Amino acid sequence: MSYHYRSWGLNPQIKQIACVLNGATEQDLAGPHKAQKLLAYGCGSSYGDVCLNDEGVLLDSHRLDHFLNFNPDTGVLRCQSGVTLRAINQQLIKYGWFLPVTPGTQNVTLGGAIANDVHGKNHHLAGSFGCHVLKLGLYRSQEGSIECQPDKNAELFRATISGLGLTGFIQWAEIQLKKISSPYLRTEKMVFTGLQEFDALSNDADKAYEYTVAWIDSVAAAKYRGRGVLFCGEHADSSADRRPSKKRILSIPFNAPTGLLSYPVIKTFNLAYYNMHRLTSSKALTYYEPFFYPLDSLGHWNRLYGKKGLYQYQCVIPAEGGVEVVEELLAICAHYRQGSFLSVLKKFGSIKSPGMLSFPRPGYTLALDFRNLGESTLKLFSALDKVVFANQGALYPAKDARMSREGFRQSFIETERFKNYIDPLFSSNFMRRVII
Amino acid sequence: MTPAVVIIGATSAIAEQISRLYAEQGAKLFLVGRNEKKLEIISDDLKVRGAACVATIAMDLTDTRLHAKLVEQAVSFLGDITHLYVAHGTLADNEACENNPQLAMTEITLNLNSPVSLLLHFAGRFRTQQYGTIAVISSVAGDRGRQSNYIYGAAKGGLSVFLQGLRNRLYVDNIHVATVKPGFVDTPMTTDFKKGMMWVSAKKAAKLTVYGVDKKRNVIYVPGFWRFIMLIILHIPEFIFKRLKL
Ligand SMILES: Cc1cc2nc3c(=O)[nH]c(=O)nc-3n(C[C@H](O)[C@H](O)[C@H](O)COP(=O)(O)OP(=O)(O)OC[C@H]3O[C@@H](n4cnc5c(N)ncnc54)[C@H](O)[C@@H]3O)c2cc1C
Ligand SMILES: NC(=O)c1ccc[n+]([C@@H]2O[C@H](COP(=O)([O-])OP(=O)(O)OC[C@H]3O[C@@H](n4cnc5c(N)ncnc54)[C@H](OP(=O)(O)O)[C@@H]3O)[C@@H](O)[C@H]2O)c1
Repeated sequence: MSYHYRSWGLNPQIKQIACVLNGATEQDLAGPHKAQKLLAYGCGSSYGDVCLNDEGVLLDSHRLDHFLNFNPDTGVLRCQSGVTLRAINQQLIKYGWFLPVTPGTQNVTLGGAIANDVHGKNHHLAGSFGCHVLKLGLYRSQEGSIECQPDKNAELFRATISGLGLTGFIQWAEIQLKKISSPYLRTEKMVFTGLQEFDALSNDADKAYEYTVAWIDSVAAAKYRGRGVLFCGEHADSSADRRPSKKRILSIPFNAPTGLLSYPVIKTFNLAYYNMHRLTSSKALTYYEPFFYPLDSLGHWNRLYGKKGLYQYQCVIPAEGGVEVVEELLAICAHYRQGSFLSVLKKFGSIKSPGMLSFPRPGYTLALDFRNLGESTLKLFSALDKVVFANQGALYPAKDARMSREGFRQSFIETERFKNYIDPLFSSNFMRRVII
Repeated sequence: MTPAVVIIGATSAIAEQISRLYAEQGAKLFLVGRNEKKLEIISDDLKVRGAACVATIAMDLTDTRLHAKLVEQAVSFLGDITHLYVAHGTLADNEACENNPQLAMTEITLNLNSPVSLLLHFAGRFRTQQYGTIAVISSVAGDRGRQSNYIYGAAKGGLSVFLQGLRNRLYVDNIHVATVKPGFVDTPMTTDFKKGMMWVSAKKAAKLTVYGVDKKRNVIYVPGFWRFIMLIILHIPEFIFKRLKL
């Protein structure tokens, strides 16, 4: 097992020292790394540099993968921070409990889900992950272990949820799971031909379905711009219980040659993907994994982008007039002739995220993946930034490797307050780049 | 039948992953290790993962006077023992052992004496049961002595030979004895090693081990390719082997 401490986007490419933790006690955390700058590392599923710290040591949490307690009557789960969402699903679905909020991959630790206050397809009903955190144990270099909850050490709790690992090391957390009666979902997909249509469909679907998210064809010709497919789902009842067939997970063994995901390839893929959904039936019973984590069935798909990796650009635009702004963003991508292989659009609901640096807020969130073409990709992002910030939008640190200090400040109005809670011994490349 | 499993050296990374596989089958588990705090965390974890019940005992496994009692404790908690896993071990720095023979003795005591005593005590119990499986983690290092780790290797080699004999003895009693020989496994024991292609995770090692045990394999190389590597290594003539820097 060689550990390459990279983030999902494979950017930045830096030399990184790390220490694999064998325990989560104060001694384990304080012991060997005195005076070094620390940062927790989960699965490295963040795209950019929030999980990297080349001027210090990463504390790799993958062995802190113990469940500490589970109450099958209440659905309250307590576990160490290195437990992955995959493990929670694997162990607890059998008791009829599911993650209250899940991102688009299961390769995420509990610590990482909290530190980025992640969101999922049910944001309109459930808010962000942090809304379901009942308690957490935080190791701070000066004070030692501190227990935080919404009404105890409340400000430190708010700083740690979405705290990007900077407030200390989350040793364990307690979360409230959600009761389900089947690992299957009743799903429906609806094709739309433009963003106005998306908006109407999505507003209706949010009333009918627990989970909604749209894929958009980001490289369609101007007259088709904004077309896509809205995926909806809700947990099925127990009559839908069936054992899933075991699927082999394919994995990309090495970086693809540059050019594999070139503009024409992306265009063809998007066209084919759109038409495939247009032509296939719309309602189905779907197992939870392909519904929530379609990308996880292709391991290391980031390698398809070649050794320079990829960038993701994820923003949120306030709801009022947001559709037009998203249209403008798509037009800019087309103008720069940079195709996004996977473009995702979701309307966030109004439940307030608890963290000081939480990204989810009411409005439209658009996530675009781009091959790293160097300067020209960065130029595209500057053009997108202009529109995002002119419209009081925000960028998502979990997906970022290039936002500006100014962009960060504009995205997070509580930045100054947050700085008071940064642990003096913790730091990250992201922090040095944009926060302080 | 619900597995009733004794795991000795239960805080070892490989053993822990083995325990998880049994917990998911709803097994009853009896865990033995030396670190009470770690055992408690592992026990809580295994309960959430589905273990029917878990008991833990913390003791110094080199204290052979405690071994007879340990068998009684295991039986009073589990009743019949379907599986016994023995996993504890240390990999001391070979050069340090060469410079300090006392350290070498400690290494042999833990890796050879302790399992031998434990296994002889448990063998009695298995013979009264007339069924069950015993799986012991030895190492590829025990297949041939090399200058870089022959002290650890001697202990593991001795253990492997002991297990051959035990397998032979218990065969008539319908008891299966498996010798598990891992190659390179990424665990706290090997934290300081540079990892590469030949390495597997503790989880993978556990899966291969339990698979082999279920298939009643006698010698389980983990992963299987080590069988071929060791075959080659065993066939290098000694007059050449002694010149190699291995
Ligand atoms: C295919 C894919 C789909 C995704 N979909 C979504 C999505 O739908 N919604 C969404 O919100 N995100 C999504 N993400 C992003 C991902 O959910 C987040 O980046 C998540 O935080 C990654 O968790 P991790 O365990 O890998 O943490 P890492 O990426 O390793 O670290 C993330 C941050 O958490 C901190 N951290 C980790 N563990 C601890 C700890 N124990 N204590 C303190 N801080 C800690 C790190 O220091 C770092 O700042 C997606 C990512 C991928 C690759
Ligand atoms: N890792 C490899 O590459 C590899 C290769 C071949 C064979 N093996 C063998 O696999 C087995 C499991 O090792 P591992 O890799 O999982 O390593 P590990 O996680 O470091 O486990 C070693 C275990 O031995 C225990 N132990 C050490 N000294 C002890 C003592 N005096 N009394 C009681 N327990 C003691 C440790 O207890 P604490 O938790 O209390 O420290 C720990 O549980 C060992 O027998 C090892 O020799 C490993």
